Amino acid sequence: MTKKPKVERRDYSLTGESARQAAEAGLVAAEWYHTEIPRKQMKALMARSDGPAMRDTILWAVLHVLTAAGGIYFWGSWWCVPFWIAYGVLYGSACDSRWHECGHGTAFRTRWMNDVVYHIASFQVMRNPINWRWSHARHHTDTIIVGRDAEIAWMHPVNLALKSLAYVGVVEVWRYFKAITRNAMGSLSPDEQNYTPESEWPKSIMVARIHLAIYVATALVALGMLLSGMGWASLIPFMVIGLPRIYGCWHMVMTGLLQHGGLAEDVLDHRLNSRTVYMNPISRWIYWNMNYHVEHHMFPMVPYHALPQLHEIVKHDLPEPDPSIWVAYRDMVRAILRQRREPGYYLRRDLPETARPYREDLHQAIPERATA
Amino acid sequence: MGDWIDVCDADDIEHEDVMRWDHDGRTFAIYRAPDGAVYATDGLCTHEQVHLADGMVMDHEIECPKHNGLFDYRSGAPLRAPVCEALATYPARIEGGRIQVMPDQAG
Ligand code: FES
Repeated sequence: MTKKPKVERRDYSLTGESARQAAEAGLVAAEWYHTEIPRKQMKALMARSDGPAMRDTILWAVLHVLTAAGGIYFWGSWWCVPFWIAYGVLYGSACDSRWHECGHGTAFRTRWMNDVVYHIASFQVMRNPINWRWSHARHHTDTIIVGRDAEIAWMHPVNLALKSLAYVGVVEVWRYFKAITRNAMGSLSPDEQNYTPESEWPKSIMVARIHLAIYVATALVALGMLLSGMGWASLIPFMVIGLPRIYGCWHMVMTGLLQHGGLAEDVLDHRLNSRTVYMNPISRWIYWNMNYHVEHHMFPMVPYHALPQLHEIVKHDLPEPDPSIWVAYRDMVRAILRQRREPGYYLRRDLPETARPYREDLHQAIPERATA
Repeated sequence: MGDWIDVCDADDIEHEDVMRWDHDGRTFAIYRAPDGAVYATDGLCTHEQVHLADGMVMDHEIECPKHNGLFDYRSGAPLRAPVCEALATYPARIEGGRIQVMPDQAG
């Protein structure tokens, strides 16, 4: 009986062998495929306004207050559970899309509004806002280029047990506290140093200290409540700050893992490595339309509220979107299971007849992954 | 003092927009502000050398199409990460309905 090939672990660090290979193969800061859109139309799509994001942010803030108030008011009875579930998603999931859109500076027209929401959302999602701004820029320059992109969610061969833990955020929270403590103590990891310019390091260290100080203050309040005999209610400060990143992150992970899962690595056409999925309106509100992910990567200047319009304009040139989260998961999981055995396999979706072919000439595969 | 070089008709660029202009082996971005005033900078973003002519002009700012870095195109000053380094700017004017730039006079 022949043994099934096992995929050898790739080096996803930004300072190792894959980084060197990616550079050699011309995959670094390369030219990417994009659909042609007339300038006039593009200008209309890129236009900024404060209105949609202000409406969404006010609603987001009000819902935070109402659901947390409900959770605290009903503390000790089962009635508090739905309130915490809702609060968890608003805090631990919706933060990701706010972090993302405001980091791009596209949510609001007014710059300081983007900055304020960006910093709040970075705290909630547990990311150092300085380092992650730069890692995300890299994710756009070198999307899913191994050895370059610091935000690759699916690293081959995928450890499914570990990946499942992402839905409760424990690994990410642990990594965040390690990273933020290291930053607060004045140092950045080699990867962080690789994508964050040195001039930004002092800011990164300062923000890390602020994050840690907030958690210490939260812990002190909880301790004070415990010492004053409040028992289980002394968990409430953590239910409000910090813990939602664990009990409420499932929606962020559910949608986020679909962005690039099961698709190609080391290509220069976002239609091959990103996924657009039609979603229900609540998920789209939480996710700020990032389900139009191919569109976002091709045109990162288009604000979230214009992505459905952009989708209508470019869909003739894109693979058919997945009709639902369920179908997208079914196909992604199948592809990922295959990727665990077949090095180099990826889910290659058919393009409609109206589309220009995949830019294979821009796809310069780096040496095939070894099999063992 | 360099020479004024003819670029295009003033009407070729809408107010609050940008256009690419290549000259003498170099590439520039030519802007018209909301009030119609004309400005010129280097064409490539100082972050990763992406052309700014595909970007978006908002008031007196140009947003880079790749990572949304922001510059003030009047002074070239970087306004938002990931751009840190200023853009070179060049004198520009409208003469007789034509846009002219002095490409050898980096500001
Ligand atoms: S290339 Fe312009 S901001 Fe990155």
